[in-house]
Amino acid sequence: MSLFSNPFDSNVRLRCSCGQHASDAEHRLGVKHDNLDSAQARQSRVVEQALMRAVFPQDAMRRKFLQAVGAPTALAALSALFPLAAAKEAFAQASGKIEKPNLKVGFIPITCATPIIMADPMGFYKKQGLDVEVVKTAGWAVIRDKTLNKEYDAAHMLSPMPIAISMGIGAAATPFAVPAIENINGQAITLAMKHKDKRNPKDWKGFKFAVPFDYSMHNYLLRYYLAEAGLDPDRDVQIRVVPPPEMVANLRADNIDGFLAPDPVNQRAVFDGVGFIHLLSKELWEGHPCCAFAASQAFISSNPNTYGALLRAIVEATAYAQKPENRKEIAGVIASPNYLNQPVTVVEQVLTGTFADGLGGVKKVPDRIGFDPFPWDSFAVWILTQMQRWGQVKGDVDYQQIANKVFLATDARRLMTEAGLVAPAAKSKSFTVMGKSFDPSKPKEYLAGFAIKRD
Amino acid sequence: MRLHDRWRAGVLSVVILIVFLGLWQIATLPKTTAQVVDDEYAKLVGAAAATGQKSTFPTPLDVGHKLVLAISDPFYDKGANDKGIGIQMAWSMGRVCLGFGLAALVAIPLGFLIGMSRLVFNALDPFIQVLKPISPLAWMPLALFTLKDSSVSAIFVIFICSIWPMLINTAFGVASVRKEWIDVARTLEVSPWRKAIFVVLPAAAPTIMTGMRISIGIAWLVIVAAEMLVGGTGIGYFVWNEWNNLSIANILVAVFLIGLVGMVLDLIFARLQKAVTFRD
Repeated sequence: MSLFSNPFDSNVRLRCSCGQHASDAEHRLGVKHDNLDSAQARQSRVVEQALMRAVFPQDAMRRKFLQAVGAPTALAALSALFPLAAAKEAFAQASGKIEKPNLKVGFIPITCATPIIMADPMGFYKKQGLDVEVVKTAGWAVIRDKTLNKEYDAAHMLSPMPIAISMGIGAAATPFAVPAIENINGQAITLAMKHKDKRNPKDWKGFKFAVPFDYSMHNYLLRYYLAEAGLDPDRDVQIRVVPPPEMVANLRADNIDGFLAPDPVNQRAVFDGVGFIHLLSKELWEGHPCCAFAASQAFISSNPNTYGALLRAIVEATAYAQKPENRKEIAGVIASPNYLNQPVTVVEQVLTGTFADGLGGVKKVPDRIGFDPFPWDSFAVWILTQMQRWGQVKGDVDYQQIANKVFLATDARRLMTEAGLVAPAAKSKSFTVMGKSFDPSKPKEYLAGFAIKRD
Repeated sequence: MRLHDRWRAGVLSVVILIVFLGLWQIATLPKTTAQVVDDEYAKLVGAAAATGQKSTFPTPLDVGHKLVLAISDPFYDKGANDKGIGIQMAWSMGRVCLGFGLAALVAIPLGFLIGMSRLVFNALDPFIQVLKPISPLAWMPLALFTLKDSSVSAIFVIFICSIWPMLINTAFGVASVRKEWIDVARTLEVSPWRKAIFVVLPAAAPTIMTGMRISIGIAWLVIVAAEMLVGGTGIGYFVWNEWNNLSIANILVAVFLIGLVGMVLDLIFARLQKAVTFRD
């Protein structure tokens, strides 16, 4: 059964294998229980359950007791013995005193940052007692430096960045952590209009591409895609780092032939008639991570309650953003000049997945972008293999140790559960990238399997 | 006769402006071609893309419209990342004043010392010549890394870029004070302090002012680049933010206003320069 099931219901078992289902049968079928609406109600449930578990260590006994006296009587009796209301209240504030209520969080104006951005105008930060100023930042290097300088308490980063920073690649080594992923999918390869007949990557020799940063999923995915087509991304094409806002301008000026970029850049290129969407990144790797919510270990350990509240706000915003019915509303809010500064229709097309492809067709891909906060360890391991593959990291790498330290799956699971989300029980999972499956326990073998790589 | 000439120059300026705007308007007139895609698709893309073209450069009328919008409400504040152009200008101006002021505080006394001694001047000259041409964009990462504060970094970059013309000009002005005047001061047994303030300073003032005039121009150039890089506030951030939105019209508005402010700054220093210049 779910953590939020009513413990005063005799038909409910307070035991299950993964914590989400009433029975193993249900667990196997993958039934999702509709959880309680408000966070407050969910928290009340957690308290009630804890009490019932304490009073009735054996679940069978609790059920017999409830059948005998009825739920209202049981509730009244227990309330008399135990200050249930007070406990619920205490639990609601259990996060403790917030050490630093005024925070600055940096973001890059792209749709990957949706949860971080919308949490401000839609009140997710306020609900946690935080006064967060979300600050638009010019580029990834600046956001890294401002976060390292402690000007920002936390920031929107590309998911490989905290790994690189923690390892001291391209920055002074500072322990960083990813307590939550922002989005999955949501990127695309866009090509200039003049290449609309060159849809086969094998014909792309000599092309100039742009990616937002060296340590980005965009860079790794583009390289992966090109290498699968037999092109060496370092020798047969040119890949440059261009900040997202400058990509469309460069494509327009014929400085580049295409890019693998975050949205709304791809959709904006279509909107301005400059390029077309060749493919969505989900076609390369369904469910790949992209951007992350990152903070330094120092911030996390010196402000544990603030960190908890901030993460809760992000996780709840992420859950809200994941629901298709909320996407239009969110697009309207974040497209404003204060945040993304884009035409509303561009952001709406990205979030709703009903979009113009640049070639005259309207596509409907509702899961073009997804929001899922869970920082799978295996994501970090995959990123590390690609860092090695392209020579960003030399020598042996302790994959699991770095993944464990940087991607805080345990924290995310706890907070996701508290927020009433279904958090996975495992920390690691295998997945498929362009038809090739990745086993996180065998990164070395995976790396050895690539024909095109740097030594 | 002179007034007449001025009149003619003014008329010519206006004619040039009108011709320029006219050509601009003609060159950017939206081409009226038929829509090449279906209506559902057209709704999702810009007007130019719907006719199978790239979005075009704005017409002067578009820019004028944006200019009126920007100027009619220059001080709005709709959150941390969306403020009126007046507020942005004020931020930039504040940074320029601070950076430039600090540079002047350092450059003028230092230039004085350097100018007094030919040996020191010659010894320091290679360093100054190497540091002078470094772009603000090259200083910025260094500043961010060492100073660990973006607003301090922006001010530092203005400081470091605007210090050199003032330093060189002050040193040069001081070094080239007429020998006769120094000799006269010496014969009259004037104290070194009095000599510096009443003989050397007035004599070098026009050159120093020229240096300051060049420096303020550089400071105003630098601020836009620095703010585009660190973001947050200022006119440079405004330009970057509109670039992000590919709003060329708004960028042109900012470009126009940046030019206007730069001109006003230059005029102020031109006046100051005139005020300290004397005739032999």
